[in-house]
Amino acid sequence: MTEPILTVRNLTKRFGGLVAVNKLTWHVYPGEVVALLGDNGAGKSTLIKCVSGVYQPEEGEIRFRGERVRFNRPIEAMAKGIETIYQDLALAQNLDVPANIFLGRELKHRYLGGLIRMLDEKKMTQESQQALSSLHIHFPDLAQPIESLSGGQRQAVAIARAVYWDARLMIMDEPTNNLGVPEQKKVLELIRRLRDQGVPVILITHTLPDVFAVADRLMVMHRGRKVTEKKTADTNTEELVQYMVGARDDTLHEPGLPR
Amino acid sequence: MTHSDTTAHEHHDGDASPKSVGHRIAIGLSRLWAWVFLALLIIFFVVSVSVTSGGTVNFLTLRNSQNILVAITPVLLLGLGQTFVIIAAGIDLSVGWVMSLASVLSALAIRAAFNAGAPLFLSVIAGLFAAVGGAAVVGLFNGLIIAKLKVPAFIVTLGSGFIVRGVSLLMSENTTVIGLPPGLRDYGNNALLYYLHGEDGGFYFLFRPELTGDALRRLDPIFMWPVVVTAIVVALMMFVLRRTQFGRHTYAIGGNLEAARRTGIPVDRHIIMLYILSSATAGVAGLLSTLRFNAGSAVIGDALLLQSIAAVIIGGVSLFGGAGTIIGTVIGALIIAVLTTGLVMLNVAAFWQFIVVGAVVIIAVLIDQSRDLIIGRRGRE
Repeated sequence: MTEPILTVRNLTKRFGGLVAVNKLTWHVYPGEVVALLGDNGAGKSTLIKCVSGVYQPEEGEIRFRGERVRFNRPIEAMAKGIETIYQDLALAQNLDVPANIFLGRELKHRYLGGLIRMLDEKKMTQESQQALSSLHIHFPDLAQPIESLSGGQRQAVAIARAVYWDARLMIMDEPTNNLGVPEQKKVLELIRRLRDQGVPVILITHTLPDVFAVADRLMVMHRGRKVTEKKTADTNTEELVQYMVGARDDTLHEPGLPR
Repeated sequence: MTHSDTTAHEHHDGDASPKSVGHRIAIGLSRLWAWVFLALLIIFFVVSVSVTSGGTVNFLTLRNSQNILVAITPVLLLGLGQTFVIIAAGIDLSVGWVMSLASVLSALAIRAAFNAGAPLFLSVIAGLFAAVGGAAVVGLFNGLIIAKLKVPAFIVTLGSGFIVRGVSLLMSENTTVIGLPPGLRDYGNNALLYYLHGEDGGFYFLFRPELTGDALRRLDPIFMWPVVVTAIVVALMMFVLRRTQFGRHTYAIGGNLEAARRTGIPVDRHIIMLYILSSATAGVAGLLSTLRFNAGSAVIGDALLLQSIAAVIIGGVSLFGGAGTIIGTVIGALIIAVLTTGLVMLNVAAFWQFIVVGAVVIIAVLIDQSRDLIIGRRGRE
């Protein structure tokens, strides 16, 4: 079996008396789309925020590409290639597509030995165009501000940005929320394309049809614990719902009853 | 607009293109309206001044246009820094008072340097350092408290403005700073060019011709030094806002602070720099007023804060942050100055100026909002 790209071992994160993530162990392998499922408050977001450097776990370890990592800030996780796309996408609505793809990492011309540094708009536009075409995304006009784009297009810009900056692992939080059906399909297609390009994707979602459409494997959390981990092909909607509401739990040796 | 969705893999978007056309038209119009308004205003005053004076007074004379330019320099300088701050969704209420402080500081520095035997030019340089340096300290204070202690900019800059006002009055001993070197006036009142009207007239470059009596009244300075300095600062600020990373990050912070933070923009440092910049341009305004009036005044900028904000808003900068241009602020300042001068020349009582400027501010914001409706700007959550 190949080495996991991400390993989470015995991870625990507490908020005061509340145990949001409870001794959780989980692996993500290269070239797969893994869905992370669970009801509200199951601990999905907390787990992801530990991986992406927003929170620091109390116990347990995280290994990424074979190396033990501990992120104090999200930017440190990004530097290692863990890109997280939250629902709000972290785009500046008032800036255009290239400005967003290069936000914080703008390309510059240097004059007078670096004394004067001008934005290299032409290069940024070209590179953006390339990054988008590599994902088969085509915008009629890159120079329009993000606020005039559709939800799916914004999602595409956020994904293209992550890919351009060499994402090794993409974490996406409810990427199809608030999108129309055609746009949802396009985003799911993008996720498949990412996987085909060798970028594993963790998909946090409530939307079970999305899971069956793109995920190779899935993991379900309930009250901070992992209750099951399966191949998508080996399960069905009904079973997943039971896991999500806590009616089933593989960590107990008999089918659990809701408490 | 139709798309041929030839391949299933292409992410064409049906609803983007029609929007982008309407969007472009709306942006174009919204940028245009201020120019159109300024032009209409000038035409209105040319005609009405001419009619009411029976054809004896011309609004658009060389002298009058130069007076307008000189009059807007302090408002514009305050507005330039303010433009950056407001684009980044902040506000700097201290700028008028900082300008007063800079006027006092520069006057004290110039007087001290000159009395210590420094040549006039070096004394002015000392004044520049005192004005901009002193102002920058206030900006640093504002920025640090806003960025690091997360106190709202409105409150911090209001408070620091009061403090600065007190300090200015203390340092100037509750009066104006006088006793400045006699030649100092030239720095604030000489010009790049002069034009002498009449048959023996013509242009004079840099040097003011020696004239007396009647001939003096036929001489018009063109581009007085405060105007030249302000124009240089305007050009610099346009460059910084449009062509540099600093400008780009200013827009990003105003558009989505959280996104700016997450993409690794040093947001706190940037905010501190913005308030230093805002104070520094107010510092330049303070120095220029000292040079122009040959005295430091602890109250010279007090009334200019709201005018500068009005210029910024008329120029299309969004108070919610994320949008605005330097050229817009320049036009905004011009509109206010043309309005004020024109009304004076029409012999309209002074208090009407306030009523008209106030109405223009509100109309400007209404126009910007209707633009936002047209281009479908979404809420900035």
